[in-house]
Amino acid sequence: MHMADALLSPAVGATFWAGTLGTMAYCAKKLKESMDEKMVPLMGVLGAFIFAAQMINFTIPGTGSSGHLGGGIILAVILGPYAAFIVMASVLTVQAFFFADGGLLALGCNIWNLGVYPCFIAYPLIYKSVVKADSGPKRIVVGSMISGVVALQLGAFSVVIETLLSGRSELPFGTFVLLMQPVHLAIGLVEGFVTAGVINFVRSARPEIIDSTASARPLSAEVSLRKVFIGLLIIAAMTGGMLSWFASKNPDGLEWSIEKVFGKPELPEAEHGLAPALKSIQEKTAFLPDYTFRRSGVEGDKGSPSWPAPDTGTSVSGIVGSAMVLAAVLLIGVLIRVFRRKIGRTA
Amino acid sequence: MITFDKAYFNLGYLDTLSYRDTFVHRLDPRAKLIATILFIITVVSFPKYEIAGLLPFFLYPVLVFSLGDIPVAFILKKVLFVSSFAAFVGIFNPLLDRQILYSAFGLSVSGGWVSFFSIMLKFFLTITSALLLIATTSFPGICSAMQKLGMPGIFVSQLLFLYRYLFVLTEEVMRVVRARDMRSFGRKGHGIMPFTSLVGTLFLRTVERAEKIYQAMLSRGFRGRLHAIRPFDFRAADTIFLAVTVILLCLFRILNIAGAAGRFSSGLF
Repeated sequence: MHMADALLSPAVGATFWAGTLGTMAYCAKKLKESMDEKMVPLMGVLGAFIFAAQMINFTIPGTGSSGHLGGGIILAVILGPYAAFIVMASVLTVQAFFFADGGLLALGCNIWNLGVYPCFIAYPLIYKSVVKADSGPKRIVVGSMISGVVALQLGAFSVVIETLLSGRSELPFGTFVLLMQPVHLAIGLVEGFVTAGVINFVRSARPEIIDSTASARPLSAEVSLRKVFIGLLIIAAMTGGMLSWFASKNPDGLEWSIEKVFGKPELPEAEHGLAPALKSIQEKTAFLPDYTFRRSGVEGDKGSPSWPAPDTGTSVSGIVGSAMVLAAVLLIGVLIRVFRRKIGRTA
Repeated sequence: MITFDKAYFNLGYLDTLSYRDTFVHRLDPRAKLIATILFIITVVSFPKYEIAGLLPFFLYPVLVFSLGDIPVAFILKKVLFVSSFAAFVGIFNPLLDRQILYSAFGLSVSGGWVSFFSIMLKFFLTITSALLLIATTSFPGICSAMQKLGMPGIFVSQLLFLYRYLFVLTEEVMRVVRARDMRSFGRKGHGIMPFTSLVGTLFLRTVERAEKIYQAMLSRGFRGRLHAIRPFDFRAADTIFLAVTVILLCLFRILNIAGAAGRFSSGLF
């Protein structure tokens, strides 16, 4: 469920990057105040552990499919939410670079979806209130399963929101939600179950690891909660502000998705036939210098934003032109290779 | 999905590529990071029915491939194998948006296919440029670039640490997974319960390793901060590279290159 660059608009990507960077700065500040320097290597190696553990697939019984670990809640239980967020962000960053999971612009969204919800919503609000320091293994199972489900549902819902706001996909809100949420319900249950299994295993083998973090780092619920909500409010306001700015500049973003959610507006009749095509070719060849510039500003006035009328002339010349551009680009690449090889041989 | 061993091999190979010595590799990591980010933002900023406008942007990966001496097939294979959420979501566009957008040579293309194709082009361009960044700039290089550009120090040292131990832990996990798979006859283990104790064991080993590392670091004078050894400087070549990238990105974004080429050719014939 990694969000992808290709589905994002710059405004949505930038907004979530801003949210992620803000959370990161906040966590860094918190850790600087209270962190034991022993945590530095522990966080680093645990990040590598989560990264490696995510690569192990296991068969989910009863189904043919396989699952793997997410790790956000395990990290929060062991390291506390601030360090867990930083570790989760680092894991996702390395994945974005080396496995190309999502991409660099979408990384902001992915850290938000897979880091903020488990560390700052599911762990403090659910896990901490279900599981106390002296709780038995069963309560740990219940607590982790509920938190796993909640974290993944929120993450999946964020993906839906991010995609809709970007307006690159045609999926209507309802269908998309129905597509995403049930799948992630199953993933969340598995995640919670595995999390509980690992925590119980560690607790039976080396209880001091989990007990020490639970007692040494009591997350003072009120303070952090208020801050989380204030943070969320700021993000919401920023999203609204940036998106409305973007929407007014480019009709393609928000309005489009809103149209999709509430039904499509009337679309103008498509023009067909040879006559308009020829006419357009004439027009275009006559005003060539004028036309080389994209008419992004003018398009809005035509009543059908982001819906250029079908037009054979532009289609044909567009296809020919595109082929020429691609051929030129490839030619440049081949020439450089040949040139370099020649230099290598003479040198 | 690629197998564990292959994923690990790819990880190491990308890392090896980043230590080559070419013009692109020698550029300052900051310049390359900024250029890649600008490239991705520009590509993504195109509206959803754009195809022709995206094509000139292939120049950037082509240039980096050829100037940086990066094996094309390796990167392309990685891009193809990436589990694509973009394709999964995008494939609904042709089903939902059947409005005819273009018609040429008696064929008509619906808006859904156009926007799907546009998503896939953007996917290819953004993913390739990100992989090329790592293949031409070592990961520690990118990390110090991030720190210079204002990322929190604790996050950067976390990244460096993670990267340092990634290969150690992945190799350990690989051995465990191999042993498990051999005992489960081609299936991926015996379900969730053995998986959790497997992960639990690995976790315990990891924590013990972290304790040993901490002792080793203390004996080498660690006081809570990691230092980078190699300072790098922003040279003239970096400034020129960044300036040319920005100018080209702006030109490709504003001008309709493919349209101009097409009209030029239709003027010829």
